[in-house]
Amino acid sequence: MNFFFEVLIGGLLSGVMYALVALGFVMIYKASGVFNFAQGAMVYLAALSVVGCMEKGAPLWLAIILAFLIMTLFGIATEKFVLRKLVNQPPIALFMATIGLAFFIEGLAPMIFGSEPRALELGIVDEPIPWVLDNWNMVISKFDLVAAGVAAVLVATLALFFQYTRIGRALRAVADDHQAALSIGIPLQNIWAIVWGVAGFVALVAGMMWGARNGVQFALTFTALKALPVLILGGFTSVPGAIVGGLIIGASEKLAEIYIPPVMQDLFGGNFGGIEGWFPYVLALLFLLVRPEGLFGEKHIDRV
Amino acid sequence: MTTQTAAAAADNYLSINNIEVIYDHVILVLKGVSLNVPKGKIVALLGANGAGKSTTLKAISNLLHAERGDVTKGSVEYKGDRIDQLTPNELVKRGVIQVMEGRHCFGHLTIEENLLTGAYTRSISRGELKDSLEKVYHYFPRLKTRRTSQAGYTSGGEQQMCAIGRALMAKPEMILLDEPSMGLAPQIVEEIFEIVKDLNSRENVSFLLAEQNTMVALRYADFGYILENGRVVMEGAAEDLRTNEDVKEFYLGLSSAGRKSFKDVKHYRRRKRWLS
Repeated sequence: MNFFFEVLIGGLLSGVMYALVALGFVMIYKASGVFNFAQGAMVYLAALSVVGCMEKGAPLWLAIILAFLIMTLFGIATEKFVLRKLVNQPPIALFMATIGLAFFIEGLAPMIFGSEPRALELGIVDEPIPWVLDNWNMVISKFDLVAAGVAAVLVATLALFFQYTRIGRALRAVADDHQAALSIGIPLQNIWAIVWGVAGFVALVAGMMWGARNGVQFALTFTALKALPVLILGGFTSVPGAIVGGLIIGASEKLAEIYIPPVMQDLFGGNFGGIEGWFPYVLALLFLLVRPEGLFGEKHIDRV
Repeated sequence: MTTQTAAAAADNYLSINNIEVIYDHVILVLKGVSLNVPKGKIVALLGANGAGKSTTLKAISNLLHAERGDVTKGSVEYKGDRIDQLTPNELVKRGVIQVMEGRHCFGHLTIEENLLTGAYTRSISRGELKDSLEKVYHYFPRLKTRRTSQAGYTSGGEQQMCAIGRALMAKPEMILLDEPSMGLAPQIVEEIFEIVKDLNSRENVSFLLAEQNTMVALRYADFGYILENGRVVMEGAAEDLRTNEDVKEFYLGLSSAGRKSFKDVKHYRRRKRWLS
């Protein structure tokens, strides 16, 4: 039983890491109704900025601030040069623009900071917590726990921001209806710049966590792919949904990896490793059939 | 066409001079429209589908740009200042706000949140915000009972009220109201126009009102313009327009000579009186 819980907790904690990436998608989807294909690239850019600044001699705290500035500038530039031209265009046009943006970043970031994989040292060690190991005989990583704490704070802040502040309300309004938001004097340009800034910040947090764990390398852009099933489960428009979706995906893929292969082996023989790799996508697919808006997503409201 | 004396012009809040609007660089929609909205009045902009009513309103509020439309000639003035190059945000700050056709409430926001977004352009304290909210609820008591419902799930009338209430939160001096009667039951239309009249007389908000429902609009408006094919073909005090034989016949379906077939009369008289 101990082992089951160890797998479960480990899975939940890694799910939080997925949720961190998914949050960035949710931000932009909420405010512009656009699936931002470039989110993975933004995670890469953010992590690379931190490492790059540290290589130039900046201490960690300064590197983080500089990376934040870079992400903010990037957000403003995206609004000014890409989105502004596309007001009132169908969502697919904006979506295509973000694909272009992804390629742009993936080319530009390594040009500036170099493309070789590097380690990012945050000063949190990725090792089991001794107390838990002694008392419950479970391996729970310290790093994962910190990541979970960071994610929790981030989610709480963002949820409050969206629900109760003037800007947050305006963001949701813009997501619902660009034109109506324009008509009551909400300046779309500022709102979009803010949203991309916030998404850049989320990408920064995700980039640092993932970078510290797996190293800062091009593969970071693929974290976005792991966020997809999380989004489908949790719903594209819900901040808490991203977290719950992340937890479900994380826990279920780890449990599936451990418990499904023996059963399959008994039934069919042969080797059934690597279930972790595809299980989330199958889960998402099934979910799409049953509840396409996700667990917490906004239902599409149609008046007849 | 419009001959205004200098004294009358001073009273005009909003004046549009001979504007021409082209969509997508090729489609000429307004062919020289001029009109005035005096301070504290309700002015109705009437006409059939596609006459250019909504385009006129959007030319004023500058929502045209988002639809690839451009004002290519003429000018729009508000209180004597040119406003044709201002963004909607700046216009709202100056007190000109549009309530769009088809209501356009934020479906996933609650009624109250919808109203609160209306105050986006005003930097005011929490207390003032609450006062504004109460004022809107005073005019639209029905919104207060639905305050926590998502706007997407409320009725068409409630959505129209929500849209007008949301505009009121910006503390406007002039509301451009596009087709408020669209898709609403006659009693609700009446209720909404009563509130418009009320806002006009008590809050001193001027209205420029685009309507297809000529009968109702002329009953509540002070002044009316009739648009056809992107031109103003007739204008006058609402009372005069209501009793005008042509208006009666073409827009109200009433005629002194009794009912006539559309074939026999309409085309000929239109051509003779208005387009030639």
